[in-house]
Amino acid sequence: MTACLSGCLSGCSPSLLDGVGPVGRDDAHIFLDALAIMLVIVVPTILLALWVAWRYRAGNANAVYLPHWSYSGRIEAVTWSIPILTILFIGGVIWIGSYRLDPFRPLPGPAPIEVQVVSLDWKWLFIYPGEGIATVNELVVPAGRPVHFSITSASVFNVFFVPRLGSMIYAMPGMVSQLHLQADRPVELFGQSSHFSGDGFSDMHFAVKSVDPAHYAAWLAAARRGPALDRPMYDALARQSGNLPVLAFGRVDPGLFHAVAMQQVPPAPGPQPGSIAHGGREAGGRH
Amino acid sequence: MFGKLTWSAIPFDQPIPLITSIVLILVILGVLALVTVRGWWGMLWREWITSVDHKRIGIMYGLLGVVMLVRGFADAVMMRSQQAFAVGAHRGYLAPEHYDQIFSAHGTIMIFFAAMPLVIGFMNFVTPLQLGVRDVAFPTLNSVSFWLTASGALLVNISLFVGEFARTGWLPYPPLSESAYSPGVGVDYYLWAIQISGIGTLMTGINFVTTVLKLRCPGMSYLRMPMFCWTTLASSLLIVAVFPILSATLAMLSLDRVFGWHYFTSDAGGNPMMFMNLIWAWGHPEVYILVLPAFGIFSEVFSTFSGKPLFGYRSMVAATLFICIVAMMTWLHHFFTMGSGPAVNTAFGISTSVIAVGTGVKIYNWIFTMYGGRVRMTVPMLWSLGFIFTFVIGGMTGVLLAVPPADFLVHNSMFLVAHFHNVIVGGVVFALFAGLDYWFPKAFGFRLHEGWGKAAFWLAFIGFWVTFVPLYWLGMLGMTRRLQHVWIPEWGPLLDWSLAGVAILVAGAAAQVIMLVVSIRQRDRRRDTTGDPWDGRSLEWATPSPPPFFNFAQLPDVEGEEAYWTIKLRALESQRLDPEPHYQAVEMPVNSAVGFFTAFFATVTGFSLIWHIWWLAGLGLLGAFVGFVFFAWRDVHEFHVPAEEVARADRARRAARTALLGERGAEAAAS
Repeated sequence: MTACLSGCLSGCSPSLLDGVGPVGRDDAHIFLDALAIMLVIVVPTILLALWVAWRYRAGNANAVYLPHWSYSGRIEAVTWSIPILTILFIGGVIWIGSYRLDPFRPLPGPAPIEVQVVSLDWKWLFIYPGEGIATVNELVVPAGRPVHFSITSASVFNVFFVPRLGSMIYAMPGMVSQLHLQADRPVELFGQSSHFSGDGFSDMHFAVKSVDPAHYAAWLAAARRGPALDRPMYDALARQSGNLPVLAFGRVDPGLFHAVAMQQVPPAPGPQPGSIAHGGREAGGRH
Repeated sequence: MFGKLTWSAIPFDQPIPLITSIVLILVILGVLALVTVRGWWGMLWREWITSVDHKRIGIMYGLLGVVMLVRGFADAVMMRSQQAFAVGAHRGYLAPEHYDQIFSAHGTIMIFFAAMPLVIGFMNFVTPLQLGVRDVAFPTLNSVSFWLTASGALLVNISLFVGEFARTGWLPYPPLSESAYSPGVGVDYYLWAIQISGIGTLMTGINFVTTVLKLRCPGMSYLRMPMFCWTTLASSLLIVAVFPILSATLAMLSLDRVFGWHYFTSDAGGNPMMFMNLIWAWGHPEVYILVLPAFGIFSEVFSTFSGKPLFGYRSMVAATLFICIVAMMTWLHHFFTMGSGPAVNTAFGISTSVIAVGTGVKIYNWIFTMYGGRVRMTVPMLWSLGFIFTFVIGGMTGVLLAVPPADFLVHNSMFLVAHFHNVIVGGVVFALFAGLDYWFPKAFGFRLHEGWGKAAFWLAFIGFWVTFVPLYWLGMLGMTRRLQHVWIPEWGPLLDWSLAGVAILVAGAAAQVIMLVVSIRQRDRRRDTTGDPWDGRSLEWATPSPPPFFNFAQLPDVEGEEAYWTIKLRALESQRLDPEPHYQAVEMPVNSAVGFFTAFFATVTGFSLIWHIWWLAGLGLLGAFVGFVFFAWRDVHEFHVPAEEVARADRARRAARTALLGERGAEAAAS
């Protein structure tokens, strides 16, 4: 059923139900299970409604007219039981699924790659603390290895979401969320912010590449040749700007993520006077 | 002198808002000129603006709601066309700073200034009639509520021409809505417009809780109330419970913005998560504030047009109150993806899906109301059947979103957008159109054109599905909401498909307008002389169409669950009406201008607070206060309608009913 539905839905671009890792697949599985449970109830209900309305239409002389019939204990028992049983069933799916797919829960398998994610206005900063490198708007992970994301925001709320890898989670200033994902095979995907964050929001998407170990090593080596992400560079990045090209930094302060999350680095500035984004319809706003 | 307000606030450089504003201003000036030329000012002032009659206030709420529905729909057309045009390398015709205002205005207007006024309009018009009483508990307060709502709507529309509207979505999440990230006046327009209209809504809630609990006619015990009155009560209880949360939350955000405090900032000890919790503790019950009265409308329609009492009345009452209570326990499902942990997510996932038990029971009871009936496929009935089909599917996608791991895939996506339109359009808007057709003859004395009504239904129904199926699909492809442009070219065809659906919806809206125009032109042929055009079952149909301002010459004495049906059956069996009562003078509340004055000063205050014109804000508050004191000092609260006038009106009604009795008697004899 998964294959069939995802095939129907995908059309020319692959859908969420085409998960490429364990989390994506399990999320999709639960989605389809819940859908199937609901359809078992919903389809007969709609058919019943349409049939009753047609059968008892005013012009149908064959249908019996019961002008006073308005109570039946047995039918009432059924009308309460059907939704209750359905929800009991769905409740089980919710309970088990919430624990099994808790985004904070580590995945089984080899030790995960650590990636620290900072959402900025309007780009994504990925720091690889184990490797000492950082990128902007490009996330490269080795296929088959779990990835542990620690996620925060330097400005406003965003959501970190790579559709086909699975669960999304908020990037929030002053807080760190955790997410464990894994891509099973080499594949090129996209990621995006799934929470509106201002005028440049539409450009907050990023490339996601799952590559085999050899390519990953080569990519790391290339990234290390990039410039250093020092404070002035970070401050420049933190200012509002959109549509940035992919950037790679060869050196990064290992404490940067912590400093941003704990707001030892001040929150990224909002719109500056003079920009349209300053909303400058008040006095002095437009220069 | 004028705070932040300068000439640069007028968007001379932006053609779309500028031209819209100029057209709007011309239309308003045209209407004012027409009223002056025709000499209608006195009539408008006495009969409408200062009226405290619940029926007049209900109609004014309806008019406000319809005007704002058109405005919100225009925003929707712009959003759908912008996304369809801005695919791949294209950027469409709306820059982000303009597009962001449009989607924020669309949501804000549709919920606060279209759906709420229309729902409250029906509550106003119908509830006192169904309860068999002459007005609401606090008639003058009712007028104040209406005018404060209108004041909020006015502020939202002023933002089109003076300054800007919020660019933060219909719920201004901090820290984006804090002054650091939204330094303009947009969020302030939002805050003060909602704050002022929210106070009006809170007073409406208090008014209707009191009306239903304290003002029923003799014999109208709780379990004899029509379903719509029950849903009015449940909805009003929710308003009283949650609108204070909204007011407090928005006040805290205002304090952050004006004084630089730190309730919701992400630094200095503020916590934006608190805003999410508070706003959704209001926001989710708000959905049920809208949909419960809609369920009430459908209950009346199914029962009337099936020619049967509502099936499982007591179950329906239980389900309504069940939804009313559980509605307040589900808010966290709006942010499962903020990482609350599995225990919290499980609890809120289950509480959310448990609501489906209440709605499921209602759906089955409506189906069994039709079972064994004689279902007349009138326009309200078509909307109601369209509702069952649409709402059941919307409910299903809602339960999917209530499963946290499924929500982790489609949270904030176009799937979510499709889901909530599925329940709000399919649930609330369909109910409003059903109710419009159903109660229109009662309010205005003539029926609406059936052919155009049916055309409007089919266009809306088909247009709805053509618009929103592609959005569900886009959500499954990973498209998130509120994108000013989409970078994946493959999504373009689905956005075009959705835009085609919008074109069908535009045709549906046109059919509604034609229906109104045709019906008004043919009003003399379409008169409802009987007062009971649909063979109704509750007390509003016992009055003439339109009812006299005092509703009932003598308060009815209710003997069963279906108050008017019992009276009607007795009259049909004995072939005569109950004996003429001994008419007495009726006491009615006098008109009051306090609502209009308060709202005028509230608008001035709101506008000055938005632009930081402090002295004017002070004057506005003072004016509102003086108006209130002036009202409180008033000595005469009521006037007497002489017994002769009451008798004259009621004898005309009895004559019409007697004629009807003859007709129905002849029909019964013939069949």
